[in-house]
Amino acid sequence: MQTSARIPERRVEIGDEATLTLEAYADTIVPGEKRGPDDRAIAGAGTGGGAVAAGALDLLRWDATGVADGLEDLAGLVNGHARTHAAEAGLELDDRVPPFVALDYEDRVRLIQTLTTPGHPEKDFWVLLSLFCNMAFDSAAHLHTAQAVQEGHPGLTAMGITAPDADGLWRFADFGYGRKLADLHPDTTATGSPA
Amino acid sequence: MSNAIEKTDVLVIGSGFGGAITAYHLAAGGAKVTVLERGPWLRSTDFEHDYKLGSSYTRAFDFVVGDGMSVLGGNCVGGGSVVYFAAMPRAPRFVFDRQGSIGRRMWPAALSRDTLDPWYDRIEESLSVSKQEWSDVSYAGGLWAAACNHAGRTANPLAVAIDNSKCANCNFMMAGCRFEAKQSLTVNYLPAAIAHGAEIRPLHEVQHLTRTAEGDYRIHYNVIDDQDYRVHHESGVIEAKIVVMAAGAAATPVILQRSEAHLGSMPHAVGRYFSGNGERLNTAILNEDKVAELLGLSRGDGALPYGANAIGRGPTVASWDKLDGSLPEYSRYSLEQLYFPPGLGTILAQVPDATGPTWFGREKKEILKNWKSWLTIFSMIEDDNEGVFGPPPETGNALRISQQMLGRGNLSYRPTKNTWHGWNQSDAEVKEILEKDGLAKVMPWTNDLVGAYTVHPLASCRMGDDPRTSALDDTNELRGHSGVFVTDGSAIPGALTVNPAMTIAAVAERAVPHIVAEAQRRGVAVSYGAPAPTGYKSGRNAVLPLLRNKPRQPAGV
Repeated sequence: MQTSARIPERRVEIGDEATLTLEAYADTIVPGEKRGPDDRAIAGAGTGGGAVAAGALDLLRWDATGVADGLEDLAGLVNGHARTHAAEAGLELDDRVPPFVALDYEDRVRLIQTLTTPGHPEKDFWVLLSLFCNMAFDSAAHLHTAQAVQEGHPGLTAMGITAPDADGLWRFADFGYGRKLADLHPDTTATGSPA
Repeated sequence: MSNAIEKTDVLVIGSGFGGAITAYHLAAGGAKVTVLERGPWLRSTDFEHDYKLGSSYTRAFDFVVGDGMSVLGGNCVGGGSVVYFAAMPRAPRFVFDRQGSIGRRMWPAALSRDTLDPWYDRIEESLSVSKQEWSDVSYAGGLWAAACNHAGRTANPLAVAIDNSKCANCNFMMAGCRFEAKQSLTVNYLPAAIAHGAEIRPLHEVQHLTRTAEGDYRIHYNVIDDQDYRVHHESGVIEAKIVVMAAGAAATPVILQRSEAHLGSMPHAVGRYFSGNGERLNTAILNEDKVAELLGLSRGDGALPYGANAIGRGPTVASWDKLDGSLPEYSRYSLEQLYFPPGLGTILAQVPDATGPTWFGREKKEILKNWKSWLTIFSMIEDDNEGVFGPPPETGNALRISQQMLGRGNLSYRPTKNTWHGWNQSDAEVKEILEKDGLAKVMPWTNDLVGAYTVHPLASCRMGDDPRTSALDDTNELRGHSGVFVTDGSAIPGALTVNPAMTIAAVAERAVPHIVAEAQRRGVAVSYGAPAPTGYKSGRNAVLPLLRNKPRQPAGV
């Protein structure tokens, strides 16, 4: 498939703690199944692949998003909020993993709901982070779509997006029911506009 | 002066409907026309079927998040016409008599459906706008029509600017039409403008205007990187006798705000009265068994009776039952089936009957698995022009976050009770139609994440007869700044209850003779009277008699 010339893709390297934390965040936005019995970041709240399997970290770390350079700060912030949340809720956190990762799925949900509520001073950050986590799943924005479909991308597959023609373009020869399905509004002009 | 400043007769800012139409007519009339477009110049072969960041899908768009309102707009040569869905209805008659919140008619007295009709005719001729037949309607449009019918409503195939013989129903039209089926301005007005000598410069983002001692204008621009729009290269200046501002309703007022320090005070309405065209979205998740049982629909061959969210071409069918001029203002709206592609709004769709969060999490993922059976309904109500632009950002109209597309702007929008009344009524109507007999489950998109969401920004620099509540007079000229005209969506006084491209284009057509007259007054050798870009002449021949005996008319008419 022909694609236009693009600038080289740069991925920002982030540490293990930030990676685990952001995986846990992405997994709360679109939950998936655990990669193995020792998987702590993915809570296991969903069946099939979620945002993490869809490539959320790969998308977030790409400098094209504009959030890549701030990921470690965001991870630090959400871990701070997780500590506060745990203290307020009387939860004891497992200190072998980052605080947000130590929360169970329901508490991760509650915390993200708080952070994204209108009026929260950091709302813009968390909405932006959530948006990219979701985009990894619903549009595979870090991958060429045709290739992602071909390789069984979990989000596009779950949504039922079909493969394109051999030239990478989608065409649908059968596109409609082909018959009248309602009466026209009585005040319609000859050229099809409202009167 | 050794470093002479480049000069042109007419400088057009933006190449969407407001820019391309004026550029064509002025160039055809003999003026030297230069068009500065902040986005890239994408050819048909650049239009990709690809959601990856960096594809035409993100290069051609701008998504600016504001405070209470986010705006999706075009960002390329051809502007909104490249990314639009080509729905081209005329605005209903009652729209022109709207008062909004100002206690008087919002539109200038000179403009009504009757006086705009000849200019609508010009657009229909130029863009080959055609009434669609039921055989042209997508599965999603057909489903909406059948659901309306089942609930006792009417439904209409939309008039569109699409060559059906070339359309592949790929539903990638928002990334630019690869098949040249969609009548973007890049296949009509813009090539015709170029043929008449107009010059179009992509990746030139105008920042502000200044004046010369002679009363001409200097237009100051930055050159934007062609891949990473966060990067600016050199700056430049062009001098012009006439400036046509058509940067879009989310950008034109920002350029004028930034120019105020140089040009002198701006009309109060610059950057105020913004309307999101009253737009709101609802997502329905269809019960496929009910689609067959209640509506009698089938796609045959074991396929789901509907299950065709991905197939089609934007909107194809609208319900106009509430476009009734006898209803009170704020309770009139249209409901249009619309394809909304992944990536740009899926996150805002909410889970019906959720026990947990509505826009993310376990239940949201479950409804994503039914994405094929989603039907999106687009409401266009009468909003209250409550948008106000804050101080302009350093450059452009937003602080750019991502390499392309995503930025943070200074538009604030606090929906009034009137606007919520319209949205609530339209939500209830969508629910009544689509949930009847268990056909679907419906939820509106959340406004909690990025505010309300519009793909049709309007009115931020609007026309009118009252100088206190309008920035432009009835010729589209900026009050107090002779020689500056605004011809994009920002000139439209308020929400239209239908897709606005047709009206924006018609108002731009109507503005041209006034711009020509002012250009002539400023010594530019230009005349009015070009035919349609295709060469057809009936639209032109119908408007010429209307221009005679007007107070300000171009010489020679």
